[in-house]
Amino acid sequence: MEYEIKPKEKFSLGLRELWQYKELFYFFTWRDVKVKYKQTALGFAWVILQPFFMMVIFSLFFGKALNIPSENIPYPLFVFSGLILWNVFSVGVTVAGNGMISNANIIKKIYFPRLIIPISSVLVSLFDFLIAFMIFIGMLIYYQVSFSILKFLVYVPLGLIITSISTFGMGTLLAALNIKYRDFRYVIPFLIQALLFVTPVIYPVSILTNQWIRYIVALNPMYSAITLFRLGIVDSPVQLNLVLISLLSSVLCFIIGLYYFRKTENYFADLA
Amino acid sequence: MKPVLEIQNISKKFRIHHENQPYLSLRDSLASVFKRGTSSTEDFFALSDVSFNVNSGESIGIIGKNGAGKSTLLKILSKITPPTSGKIISRGRIASLLEVGTGFHAELSGRENIFLNGSILGMKRSEIQRNFDAIIDFAGVEKFLDTPLKHYSSGMQLRLAFAVAAFLENEILIIDEVLAVGDAEFQKKCMGKMEDVSRNEGRTVLFVSHNMKAVQQLCKRIVWIHNGKVHSDGLSRDISDNYLKTTSVNTSYNEIKALIDNLPSDPDFKLENICITQNKVEGSQLYNGESFQIEIHYRVLKQCLGLRVYFDLCDNDENILIRSFNDENLEEIPVVMPGNYVSTATIPSNLLAAVSYELRIHAGIYNVKMCTPELGIRIPIDINSSNKINIAYSGDTIRSKISPFINWKNLFITT
Repeated sequence: MEYEIKPKEKFSLGLRELWQYKELFYFFTWRDVKVKYKQTALGFAWVILQPFFMMVIFSLFFGKALNIPSENIPYPLFVFSGLILWNVFSVGVTVAGNGMISNANIIKKIYFPRLIIPISSVLVSLFDFLIAFMIFIGMLIYYQVSFSILKFLVYVPLGLIITSISTFGMGTLLAALNIKYRDFRYVIPFLIQALLFVTPVIYPVSILTNQWIRYIVALNPMYSAITLFRLGIVDSPVQLNLVLISLLSSVLCFIIGLYYFRKTENYFADLA
Repeated sequence: MKPVLEIQNISKKFRIHHENQPYLSLRDSLASVFKRGTSSTEDFFALSDVSFNVNSGESIGIIGKNGAGKSTLLKILSKITPPTSGKIISRGRIASLLEVGTGFHAELSGRENIFLNGSILGMKRSEIQRNFDAIIDFAGVEKFLDTPLKHYSSGMQLRLAFAVAAFLENEILIIDEVLAVGDAEFQKKCMGKMEDVSRNEGRTVLFVSHNMKAVQQLCKRIVWIHNGKVHSDGLSRDISDNYLKTTSVNTSYNEIKALIDNLPSDPDFKLENICITQNKVEGSQLYNGESFQIEIHYRVLKQCLGLRVYFDLCDNDENILIRSFNDENLEEIPVVMPGNYVSTATIPSNLLAAVSYELRIHAGIYNVKMCTPELGIRIPIDINSSNKINIAYSGDTIRSKISPFINWKNLFITT
């Protein structure tokens, strides 16, 4: 085995190297999952309780009090279907975005493909999703929603994949920016909060009467993820052009994030 | 056979920002777009044009002062940071131990940390599993395997960390001063393991340390880095002698002064300075043929009963060979008045052996408290031979930890 260490010349994804380190994905993910709930009294119950209470609160205030429509399904189910994907995104982006700084001690001392850190942050948030998804199934049974199994099997994974791609893209971009400009530590929570308002989690896009506002909402990568995910359980009219814009934005997010991260990652250890 | 590592013209440039900023901020980047040409940066070469080859199975010591560029070289070798120019050809898997216990997590158990740390270091799961028993045996933590790491003593954490690293199966090991910590017994065990790795298993070891004794013990060859360049490269004995000669005692003296200045403040006592002098020359390189003085400068801030300063002279195994107090000639406990003091102890000639010792300076108030850190101010001193003991048998090794000149009388009685 012979290899060279030299100044970086051309851009590459480094997939082969990533594959060599595949066990580290498992260990980082497993560590974060384990540590996250280890010291809490309720432990893993939080994975269920957190989105559950969010759903209850949203249902009371937006569903009952404000009477926000919910596209032919009960409002709690509507809001929960959006929330579980939104949680993947918000938790994933936050953890990945701060990942280079919170793992700075490791980055400065050991080499491994840096992409492992944001990827495993996304994996951790997907793990939370799996557990919350069980409640989702429970709610579908409770509300006796009838839906086509085929559509469910197509749209639900599709929504999840778009979510993962957007989370990864946004997470890597912020991680790389954050290590260079620490200002992003303050930008991330603000960004997540602002994005929630332009994501159809608590309201359907149909209540937006102004077409231009709809276009702005569609720039958000999570718009297509949540809209498609909901198509799995309910038939509702979808504005195809909006979904496509959002899909494009999600793919762009992924490409820009990955590119910028790979381009700058060599110098993370010097900056951390 | 081709060398296992070819380091060719490696340079590493850092950009120094003169505004003393720890990191960039977006505001400054945005601002600098508008005022071009006013940036106050300077290029600094941490390494410039470093080249040497390492053969398979060789163990090489890398020495140099703080800031000479050793750590940068190790970081480049372990791919943590890329070189600015030049290249390294490697013909084996490199494992780097720039720190023991990288990635240890306090909330996880010992068992979990072995797997986590092992995989961060690049071990396969199967490798860790295979060596698991050996690792816990080496670390001696069987009983606490399922206890969270935060309940471990720092010594136990360290043992566990070294144990994981010791079982790395990579062809090339890069080790940075990991031995600077831990108790004497464990240090010995680590040294043993490292010798084992380089001699018996035929692996290549690059070892960076300030401890010249450890370097000499482990490595046949030394590369001395000075100001980012290879100063010299050759046999361990030759280089280390030169190195010890030129690394002026001043550096260690500056460190002592800085250490003293950073001590936590005490309401009763302030240590001002410590000087070791022989023939009016300050330094920690001493000769045993002549006496030397230990001067302790201090200020007493309040009137104290039984305040005293003292020193311990320790050997490398941390045994206290001599402890002596500044007031040991008195018959009653003295009342010490506020003011500036200098206490000087004179170590007689022909007392110490030609080995390294550690001097530990302490101050305390009898039956009340200590005014210095638990192990005192630790100053390593090297004693060189200049006395005439056993000069006829020069190849004989010194067996005693002190070698005072004893007066013998040999009488010839009868045939």
